[in-house]
Amino acid sequence: MKLIQIRNITRVYDMGEEKLYALRGVDLDIEKNEYIAIMGPSGSGKSTLMNIIGCLDTPTSGDYILNGKDVHEMDDDELATIRNKEIGFVFQTFNLLPRSDSLHNVELPLIYSGVSRAERIKRAEDALTNVGLADRMKHKPNELSGGQRQRVSVARALVNNPSLILADEPTGNLDTKTGEEIMGLFRELNEKGNTIIIVTHEEDIAKHANRIVKIRDGKIESDSGIK
Amino acid sequence: MNFFLEIKENIVISYKAIIAHKMRSFLATLGIVIGITAVTLMQTAIEGINRAFESSIASVGADVLYVQKFEWFGSQDFEFYRNRKDLTMQHYEYLKRNSQTAESMCPSVGSAKTVKYGSLDLEGVFIIGTTDEYQKTLGVNMEDGRFFTAKESEGGNPVCLIGTDVKNAFFENVNPIGKDIKIGSYSFRIIGVMEKQGSMLGLFSLDNRVIIPIHRFFKLYGTRRSLSINVKAGDVKNLEETKEEITSIMRKTRKVPPGKQNDFGVNQQSAFRDTYDQLTSLIKIIGLLITSLSLIVGSVGIANIMFVSVKERTKEIGIRKAIGAKRRTILMQFLVESVVICLLGGIVGLGIAFPISLLIDAFVLPTAMPLWVVVLGIFISLMFGVLSGFFPAYNAAKMDPVDSLRYE
Repeated sequence: MKLIQIRNITRVYDMGEEKLYALRGVDLDIEKNEYIAIMGPSGSGKSTLMNIIGCLDTPTSGDYILNGKDVHEMDDDELATIRNKEIGFVFQTFNLLPRSDSLHNVELPLIYSGVSRAERIKRAEDALTNVGLADRMKHKPNELSGGQRQRVSVARALVNNPSLILADEPTGNLDTKTGEEIMGLFRELNEKGNTIIIVTHEEDIAKHANRIVKIRDGKIESDSGIK
Repeated sequence: MNFFLEIKENIVISYKAIIAHKMRSFLATLGIVIGITAVTLMQTAIEGINRAFESSIASVGADVLYVQKFEWFGSQDFEFYRNRKDLTMQHYEYLKRNSQTAESMCPSVGSAKTVKYGSLDLEGVFIIGTTDEYQKTLGVNMEDGRFFTAKESEGGNPVCLIGTDVKNAFFENVNPIGKDIKIGSYSFRIIGVMEKQGSMLGLFSLDNRVIIPIHRFFKLYGTRRSLSINVKAGDVKNLEETKEEITSIMRKTRKVPPGKQNDFGVNQQSAFRDTYDQLTSLIKIIGLLITSLSLIVGSVGIANIMFVSVKERTKEIGIRKAIGAKRRTILMQFLVESVVICLLGGIVGLGIAFPISLLIDAFVLPTAMPLWVVVLGIFISLMFGVLSGFFPAYNAAKMDPVDSLRYE
């Protein structure tokens, strides 16, 4: 079953006089439970594509259907709801709230979806335990190592049972060994049934995925298909 | 998302943000602290002035008309009043004979004299000459002894009643009843002491007085003085009716031609009240302007700091939006923060104002911070919180998630 259907998507930035074509007509289908890497050099449009897939941005033209919903027609608040329920983000710079402990950071998506306190805490604790941080619940980000921080953000991405985990250069700020550990975590999650999209420019990282899509100059250059 | 859950979460967030920037938050809210302190103290002071006024005006009597040569707060030129004739005992007697509605009435006349007891003397005591009906008409309560009788009044007996100031000056540990005091060179026997009445608007004491029969007063000081004829209507409800009746009887006996204005004044407590209200509403308006100015300055301070706070937390806003916060959620987050800062300022302001109001009560004039002022203070800080937080919060709410995530 198709999770993502992208049809002829363009994204044009209006820079006053000039127009910047970040995406020039992209088609992409992603099935449920895929593990896919989107690759491309900087300026290729891969970040723009990731933002659109993550519903942080909307395409200038084209259709995007996520899990059966017409995302390209939604307004800001509807997109916020989609991000909350359907997508779990993992960022290169972790993007945790610095003043909140791990538990609260992981709780946050549940707060925005209106889950009761007792259930929130239980689910956040479960998610943190799943990523191996059962003993770090009350630690703030600055009391954790880079790998631990990224695990917190993975737990945050998982906690609302999204249909898609979207990781943007998840190992970019980690040493090789920790990076491998995080990639192992993604592998595990994929085996448990999660759909994972990783955006990266590193071949070594992309190799972990089952399918590699390369982007250049706002278009798909190659698609390996599912290995 | 559940509204109360959201508010609760937002209060936690703003608590953390305020704790993280204690000094900044404190300085930002200083204007609100000062504003709320000013507003509440202002109201407390007005409350005190009102109380002082109410207790003073009680001595004038709400249901009493004072028929006198002049109006209390007359606004005409001097020419208009100059040729008025005095009010005499004939007017009083005519009024008494003809009035159907008055419950009681008495004439009174007064003059400041020096009073002596033995070797002690007291200057500037107000000597009132009146009849026995004075007690009933103006509601004099006795602390000790009795008022003079109709017979003593008619006969112009040398008896007197003294106020507590006079008693305190002459009779520290002695019962004054039966003692003789001298007004000028004339002896009067004390037959009663009047209860303490306090002062009139804090200006002059109502207890520094001696009451004697009016006929004795005339005998000593002559009759060429204008009287005050004091008329008790019995009930405030009948006051207007009595006033009309008294006015028409007075016009008749003073032969005022129809169409001409009264050549006498019929005064009542409400004249004081009206003048007082005019005066205090002016004070209130000026006070409101000054205090709201400090609140507006405070509000600008809060708005400024909220803009900084939003800018600083652009990244946080991006994260929250990425995770699923809606515009309204972000708007509420910063609005709640601004309201919390202002409320804290308001509470601190009330906390400062309250002990000051106790000091005012103890040393300046009796007052108390009314509960509604506390409620008003809280409400005003809430309102200014929303007011000063709205634009910064709106800015935060409409931020683009991609841009704000990229912000460093």
